[in-house]
Amino acid sequence: MNKRIFISILLALSVAACASKPIKDTSAPVVDKSPSTTQTAPADSGKNNGASTSGVTDTKPGVNPLKDPSNILSKRSIYFDYDKDEVKPEYRALVEAHTKYLQAHPDAKVFLQGNTDERGTREYNLSLGQRRAVAVKKVLNVLGVADKQIETVSFGEEKAKANCNDDACWKDDRRVDIAYENE
Amino acid sequence: MIKLHSLLAFISLLLPLSSHAALTVEIVGGAAQQIPIGIVPFAQPANQPSLTQQDSIATIIGADLRRSGLFRVLETRAAANQPHQLDEVKYQEWAALQAQALTIGNIESLPGNRLKVSFQLLDVLKQSALTGLEYTITPAQLRNTAHRIADAIYQKLTGEMGVFATRIAYVTKSGTRYTLQVADADGYNPQTIVSSTEPIISPAWAPDGTKLAYVSFEKKKPVIFVQSLVSGQRYVLANFKGNNSAPSWSPDGKRLAIVLTHSANSQVYTINADGTGLQPVTHTSAIDTEPVWSPDAKNIYFTSDRGGSPQIYRISAMGGDAQRVTFEGNYNVSPRISPDGKSLVYIRQEQGKFRVTIQDLTSGQVQILSDSAKDESPSFAPNGRLIIYATSVNGKGALAAVSADGRVKQRLSDTGGDVREPAWSPAAN
Repeated sequence: MNKRIFISILLALSVAACASKPIKDTSAPVVDKSPSTTQTAPADSGKNNGASTSGVTDTKPGVNPLKDPSNILSKRSIYFDYDKDEVKPEYRALVEAHTKYLQAHPDAKVFLQGNTDERGTREYNLSLGQRRAVAVKKVLNVLGVADKQIETVSFGEEKAKANCNDDACWKDDRRVDIAYENE
Repeated sequence: MIKLHSLLAFISLLLPLSSHAALTVEIVGGAAQQIPIGIVPFAQPANQPSLTQQDSIATIIGADLRRSGLFRVLETRAAANQPHQLDEVKYQEWAALQAQALTIGNIESLPGNRLKVSFQLLDVLKQSALTGLEYTITPAQLRNTAHRIADAIYQKLTGEMGVFATRIAYVTKSGTRYTLQVADADGYNPQTIVSSTEPIISPAWAPDGTKLAYVSFEKKKPVIFVQSLVSGQRYVLANFKGNNSAPSWSPDGKRLAIVLTHSANSQVYTINADGTGLQPVTHTSAIDTEPVWSPDAKNIYFTSDRGGSPQIYRISAMGGDAQRVTFEGNYNVSPRISPDGKSLVYIRQEQGKFRVTIQDLTSGQVQILSDSAKDESPSFAPNGRLIIYATSVNGKGALAAVSADGRVKQRLSDTGGDVREPAWSPAAN
């Protein structure tokens, strides 16, 4: 009995400790990407991605090609159909551009971050997001990117938009984001 | 250690007795047969101003029993007879109020800021004592003692273990902040375990109730941590390449079933509680996830889409061939086994609705327990009678509980942000 209460008091102490020591996110290798602000909607993105393959080689001096909005390497999201993990042809140029970059920079490492919409349970959606990340990895592998340059991870539904009610909203969440280490 | 004790004594003085509730528990429906019980306000020393009406021990006991749906708590203030000792009880008067059972008790001051709490549970019809206990506590332990008395009453009158002195872990999301919290089963005494700007999911209690395993995305990928609730210290259990998720403790607490992806799809593994001794359990190219141990530790139940749609399977904890367990419907996920090992609870999706479903593992009989649409993360109370789960109310994450027979439903609402990922603690020691 006494022990239990001591535990709960210690718990209270640890709470105070936690509150004053927030978790550091300094190791963050990626930037958060919110589809509503930084990404093109999937309907448009296919067109854009397919249109500007020339951007890969058009690196401007002093500008990081991964960050240059006019470079296809700044395009990072691959969208999927409902319940599908097939990488659609419209993303071929985007995937090829990142393949070339990774081959030209053998020390670069990329995280493929799978996402799902909010429907369904969190852990199962984590696995579904992973399946999409693996699908993109397989395309990169086929194009010649080494395994050691790729890590597939999933955010499941954790980054999904809240309170979607139709596919126009959900489709933005069905995607894999390409994030470079130390970005 | 001496120093620590004196520090604790000091802190217990500072802790307010009337702690607030983070979650408000509201009961919806109840059992067909409710036991009418009178709970007489306990006699208490006049020099304890902190024993206010709202937090009186009788009020807490009554709220616990009422919330279970199995009791009708009688209004006792109207009774002329307000006994605190056995020889003061006028049974006829309580029988006239239709009480079947009556609880009386006393709180006495002891030296050193301690209290002696005693109670007796009486059978009004037989005019005899059923049980009685005595506790020596600090004032800060009063709520917990009330829950323990409610547990003793519940057990004596229903024959089942009470779970009022247990706790619930859950995750809140407020703005961009995710917080793993632990509160008493009635929603009081919320404690922050860890807080992050990245998601936290899948909290899992160690069988001894002293540790939580959970998945945090603070490293920009899912990583499994184990954190002591005693010291607040934590360690990384699994941070392999890819995802690390879905921790579940073995019944003896020595190993955990976890899910790793490395560079492929989710697969089930087991690992020692110190992060050594990783062993694969499943070997497929499909999704295998959400493992949970059977109470006899022999089997692991898990979700797999190896047959084309997500269904629940069972496999030996040592690996081998898996047997499919769910056959109805095309989306059955998040398995949890009842403490007696006889029932399986999971989330079934039908016509776009995700609902808590229970299946008798012997007969295969299936019953949908919830009537909501976005249910997730079911978790059995340690007595197997109630299942807590996450749901959505007005577009906001909320918790709910349902009895295993579907009769009693509770809503647990939070005044703040979203609440999700509930996990019911093991039984109190």
